[in-house]
Amino acid sequence: MIITDQAYLRADGRKGIRNHIVVAYLVECAHHVAREIVYPYRERGVHLIGFGGCYPNDYAARMMRTLCTHPNVGGVILLSLGCESFNRNSLREAIAASGRPVETLVIQQNGGTRKTIEQGRKLMDDMLAKVAQVPRAPLHINEFIVGTVCGGSDATSGITANPGIGRAFDKLVEQKAGCIFEETGELIGCEDIMTARAATPALGGILRDSVTKAAKYYTVLGHGSFAPGNAEGGLTTMEEKSMGAYAKSGASRISGLLKPGDIPPCGGLYLLDVVPDGEVRFGFPNINDNAEIAELIACGSHVILFSTGRGSVVGSAISPVIKVCANPETYRRMSEDMDVDAGKILEGRASLDEVGREILDLSLAVARGEQTKSEELGHQEFVLTYKSFEPIGPSCLPSA
Amino acid sequence: MHDPKLLLLDPADNVLVAIQTLEAGDTLTVAGQRVNVPARLTLGHKLAARAIRAGEKILKYRVPIGSATQDIAAGEHVHLHNMKSDYIQTFTLESGQTFSTKHDHH
Repeated sequence: MIITDQAYLRADGRKGIRNHIVVAYLVECAHHVAREIVYPYRERGVHLIGFGGCYPNDYAARMMRTLCTHPNVGGVILLSLGCESFNRNSLREAIAASGRPVETLVIQQNGGTRKTIEQGRKLMDDMLAKVAQVPRAPLHINEFIVGTVCGGSDATSGITANPGIGRAFDKLVEQKAGCIFEETGELIGCEDIMTARAATPALGGILRDSVTKAAKYYTVLGHGSFAPGNAEGGLTTMEEKSMGAYAKSGASRISGLLKPGDIPPCGGLYLLDVVPDGEVRFGFPNINDNAEIAELIACGSHVILFSTGRGSVVGSAISPVIKVCANPETYRRMSEDMDVDAGKILEGRASLDEVGREILDLSLAVARGEQTKSEELGHQEFVLTYKSFEPIGPSCLPSA
Repeated sequence: MHDPKLLLLDPADNVLVAIQTLEAGDTLTVAGQRVNVPARLTLGHKLAARAIRAGEKILKYRVPIGSATQDIAAGEHVHLHNMKSDYIQTFTLESGQTFSTKHDHH
């Protein structure tokens, strides 16, 4: 099935559903200048991302590389202060090697704030013209990647929005799309049932280990992936929240395990392991929902399905976020921020299958260019922090 | 039989989920018995579908989501005050974390 014949064909052969330009700061010290360059263009598809740290980190470097060469990105302007540890040259080379236009501005070499902003806006006008000329091509459903995340969960999430997303995932996987679910820390308690769905026994062991790792990590930190609003919303324990979160994965066989930046080699359902490897370092695995969304996007997600019960408003840089609202009372209060009213299941206004179909149809419409609520409202959140990962082993991926 | 405001997700479960906000003073039917709602409960909260003994697993979606820390009567609110996780327990008030999770009624 062809979703659209108007996808953006990149020189590296990947296909995007948006044609964004990314301005990326490589240390917090370049953040202001980057933001000022973006500001007049913020409604013209120019997005701001960046890494705030001055110390080197392989994970952050890989995240920036995969995000700057994401299929939804047509061109990149890098913003460096000049003395930070981030290797701007190797990032620039990776972007150039993908065939995308890339420019680097070094504030210290460029005469400071004002001159760099002026220079950046000049470069932006050229880059917008260049990126507008990208060829169009058909996007097949087996080239389409969808990620899912939940945020601001309550006890309705696991009854309406999450199983609704699960139904949409089942339909997408059936048609060989790539589907990614995540947050191993929110799968604590689901190890057994999840392991039974693995494509191979070896993968089953890997899935189980990823949850064991998460449980250890969160235990050392002394805090589960659980916020006060979760309990106010009727969730009592981590495993109860997990069961609800797990429902987003649907019922398909699990084809593989990814780590941030790994792109699914073929269609199927994948678990994204977001908890760092090794000793506990650098704090919480993901400091908020947008850190998880950025990782799903780094794995190639064209679209993010975001389930919320309490009512999150976020979107993201690079890929559109579809908000699936689990709680009908929240939906009535915040409908301007919500794309799908999954809570209607509780009020007898739709079945789970109907909501699943609605989520699927909307994902495809968004791939054809329809704007999500968070896109219309200008949400372009982004966050990236320190982590460390070992590369995935050969048993993690299907032998495609 | 249970009240239509309460959802039994799986026949094996010993908790029901409120699918509408329950107001203080409401009366509900739980397992054929009339029970009173002592304080406002927003939708999503759990009520015992039957009497649950201390130490018994709390079953939701046919899966254990923790254990009862005290005897719970049919129709009683099941939450942080009478059940706990069998995994990471650090997020509950009882463990001395900085959460304030007891106000179910805003």
